[in-house]
Amino acid sequence: MGKQITVPFGPQHPVLPEPIHLDLVLEDETVVDAIPSIGYVHRGLEKLVEKREYPEYIYVAERICGICSYIHSNTYAECIEQIMHIEIPERAQYLRTIWSEYSRLHSHLLWLGLFADGMGFESVFMNAWRLREHILDDMEATTGGRVIQGVCKVGGVRKDIAPEKLDEMLKGLKNLEHELHDLTDVFLNDASVIHRLKGAGVLKTEDAYYLGAVGPTARGSGVPIDIRQTGYAAYGKINFKPVVESSGDSYARCAVRAKELYTSIDIIEQCIKKIPEGPVDVKVTGAPDGEFFARAEQPRGEVVHYIKGNGKKNLVRHRVRTPTFTNIPPLVTLLKGCQLADVPIVVLSIDPCIGCAER
Amino acid sequence: MTYFQNAKTIVKSLFSRPSTLMYPAKPAKKMALSRGHVIIDPAKCITCRSCQRKCPAQAIVVDVKEKTWEIDRFRCIICASCVEVCPTKCLAMDPQYPESTTARGGIYKVTVAGPKKKEPAPDAAAKPAEMKE
Repeated sequence: MGKQITVPFGPQHPVLPEPIHLDLVLEDETVVDAIPSIGYVHRGLEKLVEKREYPEYIYVAERICGICSYIHSNTYAECIEQIMHIEIPERAQYLRTIWSEYSRLHSHLLWLGLFADGMGFESVFMNAWRLREHILDDMEATTGGRVIQGVCKVGGVRKDIAPEKLDEMLKGLKNLEHELHDLTDVFLNDASVIHRLKGAGVLKTEDAYYLGAVGPTARGSGVPIDIRQTGYAAYGKINFKPVVESSGDSYARCAVRAKELYTSIDIIEQCIKKIPEGPVDVKVTGAPDGEFFARAEQPRGEVVHYIKGNGKKNLVRHRVRTPTFTNIPPLVTLLKGCQLADVPIVVLSIDPCIGCAER
Repeated sequence: MTYFQNAKTIVKSLFSRPSTLMYPAKPAKKMALSRGHVIIDPAKCITCRSCQRKCPAQAIVVDVKEKTWEIDRFRCIICASCVEVCPTKCLAMDPQYPESTTARGGIYKVTVAGPKKKEPAPDAAAKPAEMKE
């Protein structure tokens, strides 16, 4: 039992790509407490809703996050559509689902690369990002943007995907799936990876539930919550099961994300097979009057968009609760009891996105 | 067996071309839909200011009197909503990303044709733009 000392961790850290600051209270090398503080990248995007008209604000909403950008715009559009009782065409719903899953694929691959890089597993990092490039290419070819797609709009989507391109995407995904197997098998079965991750940062099922963990962090602890099952966009017509692991350590969270890659590919394949013909957008007139909460599953977990309008072009209130924000209390619990050397891995294992948590 | 699992990927990588492009020796990838930067055909612009109103970043300034169209490339978020809303289709999206510039070099200003009106009175030019609203 040593003397307690406090070690600052972040916001600038060689392993951590995100500006979160943690005050780690240590006893010898063991973390006994962690005090998180955020506020380094606040941009005030929600306030901007008063200055921009609601159809244009979607581009601002998309820029809340640079990785799960598409799903933010999708959720915002869904909010407005629900308030204004707009029924979007079925093809648009399927297209939204396809792009949502593409963005999940690219986010998970990005995270897998960064996570491997955090452990010094450089070859997995390179390979994950090489595969991610195929996803980004498909995104750019279909939407016009690599990371910020800008393809969602209130009342549908802005771009349609030609049937030939859909077939091409299907073929691309088949190839990708083979390569992903090579990648994830190496990562998940590697002896040093297992040694490093198994038992590091354990979140018990009840802790995950009561602390409000979302997304892969919750699913890694055996809490089967997946907002996609509520059936927004075209998810209601798609057959899939959320990936759940029970052990609750860093390895489980990692495995959830690795296995979700295949779920995403499966969902896209189902969508491409089922997608109906038809228009991709409807004309929107008027302005939203009322309020709505929309939920969606982001790569990092559940996102909630709240919108209040008063019948004018500018909305009154926009509030976003991002997955990383809810995952910070579980993170503090995770850190208690782990070794100082494991802190970067444990923090990375919840896939933090502070840019989106602060907006 | 956890040994040699990476061997397949290593062998494949050894005998394939690099995944990275040898930029600038090889040109960067370009897609037909890519949003690079906004371009304008000054002859077709009627200074209706729709693009200015629709711009979420307030990057476009249209001066109806001076007949100029101005964009701040650093403010522009390349969302293409101006391109969609343009009634005369004088705005278009070029798939090439804008070249890097110095701090205040992002402003691009052109003199445009202005509204097609028979009478040559310059002060009357503002009227049709407001009527369009």
